[in-house]
Amino acid sequence: MPDLSGMRFAETHEWVKQDGETATVGISEYAQSQLGDVIYLELPAVGQQLDAGVRLGVIESVKAASDLYSPVGGEVTEANAELKDHPEYVNQDPYGKGWIIKLRAVKDNPKLLDQKAYDAFVEGQSH
Amino acid sequence: MTAARTPLYEEHVRLGAQMTNFGGWVMPLQYSTIREEHRAVREAVGLFDLSHMGELRIGDESLVQRVVSRDVTRLRPGRIQYAVLCNDAGGIIDDVLVYAMPDRGYLLVVNAGNQDGDFGWMRKHAQAANAARNIGREWALIGVQGPRAVGLVERLTSSELGDVKYYAFVEGTVADVPCVISRTGYTGEDGFELFCGNADAVRLWRVLLEEGRSDGIRPSGLGARDTLRLEAGMRLYGNDMDADTNPLEAGLDWTLNLEKDFIGRDAIVTSRQQGLSRQLVGFKMLDRSIPRHGYRVVSDGEGIGTVTSGNVSFTLGYSIGMAYVPPAMSEPGTRVGVDVRGTAAPAEVVSLPFYKRPHPK
Repeated sequence: MPDLSGMRFAETHEWVKQDGETATVGISEYAQSQLGDVIYLELPAVGQQLDAGVRLGVIESVKAASDLYSPVGGEVTEANAELKDHPEYVNQDPYGKGWIIKLRAVKDNPKLLDQKAYDAFVEGQSH
Repeated sequence: MTAARTPLYEEHVRLGAQMTNFGGWVMPLQYSTIREEHRAVREAVGLFDLSHMGELRIGDESLVQRVVSRDVTRLRPGRIQYAVLCNDAGGIIDDVLVYAMPDRGYLLVVNAGNQDGDFGWMRKHAQAANAARNIGREWALIGVQGPRAVGLVERLTSSELGDVKYYAFVEGTVADVPCVISRTGYTGEDGFELFCGNADAVRLWRVLLEEGRSDGIRPSGLGARDTLRLEAGMRLYGNDMDADTNPLEAGLDWTLNLEKDFIGRDAIVTSRQQGLSRQLVGFKMLDRSIPRHGYRVVSDGEGIGTVTSGNVSFTLGYSIGMAYVPPAMSEPGTRVGVDVRGTAAPAEVVSLPFYKRPHPK
């Protein structure tokens, strides 16, 4: 298991991990398993300002297209360019090389869940 | 209504499949990933539970001749035809495989969700009440598809499969299970579809999985079946055609014998005389976006058609789809747009199929 300590989750199944000035955003293991084979991501441009909870892009699997939401506010500094040729990284390693965007000037979102609370939330959803 | 289970349901659960509802049945969507299962079928062999498909047994040749679009009297026993069933207006009720059985009767293999409707349609047009029999719930169907499929089945049967060409079948045994061994499929690969009684399905499935291990066999779900059939340019009933489309629009002219009388024939002839307003075409995306069923096809900002199927092609490495467009826009090479979330993504009409296996037998 990857180290999920310090990672927080949105109820829309994105995770965020803050490291100094930078926050990295991805989707959870549960989200990737529900989506199935990821084949394409539509990601924001560098410099775009996002508020917590707004649509940051679209993730497409073989099954369907789904919206992605930014778990925190901030300015996009990077979108994971590797995912262009390897969207399957989101399935294979959602907390590692399958990260999606990085943000700076982060505005926190108090509604995010820690891992334990998120696991309980997912548990409640799948029953 | 609860979804029906095939005799292989417990096998799928044991193999860890994600299940989905399809055509009134609970079926495996995927066991591992759609990408891996897709690749296994293109490069090795995939095993499919297709027991949801419907089977109708019809003894009366004149009934078959009246409802299907092709001349079944030309079909020799042991041979199979792809055909459509139409309503009076020429709309497609279903697409089917017609098997000419050795006893001179016919077997129609029909789509899962249409089997009761098709059966009702047969009975409505039958002279005798017992002319058609619905055996779909008594039979299982297992697909063995991929370049190593023929070798695998050959190791498990004493039937001479060399004579069983594409769209032919024999009755025999596989792994000592009595089967109809049919050289057909819905993946674009060589292989067989094996019909057997429900009670034998688990045994046949397990032996194929075990014996196929050295071939790299993978149980494969409906997810891969859909991406495979799309690459092969095969239409999916309910997506690419339905009762509001006729076979000419769907590009299925080759399934029609307009010299004979069948239900829908006159309407189809009239439609041909009047000229078509739309035609099913294949297209490929020129960017990385993914076309989906229901997306609009656009040209110069105007809506000109609708996407019926679309997805990434794992084999080709770009996105592909099928759509209805006006005949003037149907020539390969024509540039069109696909409305993906409000943006006209560039696409080009291409001829079908998208994928053809390297060395067809």
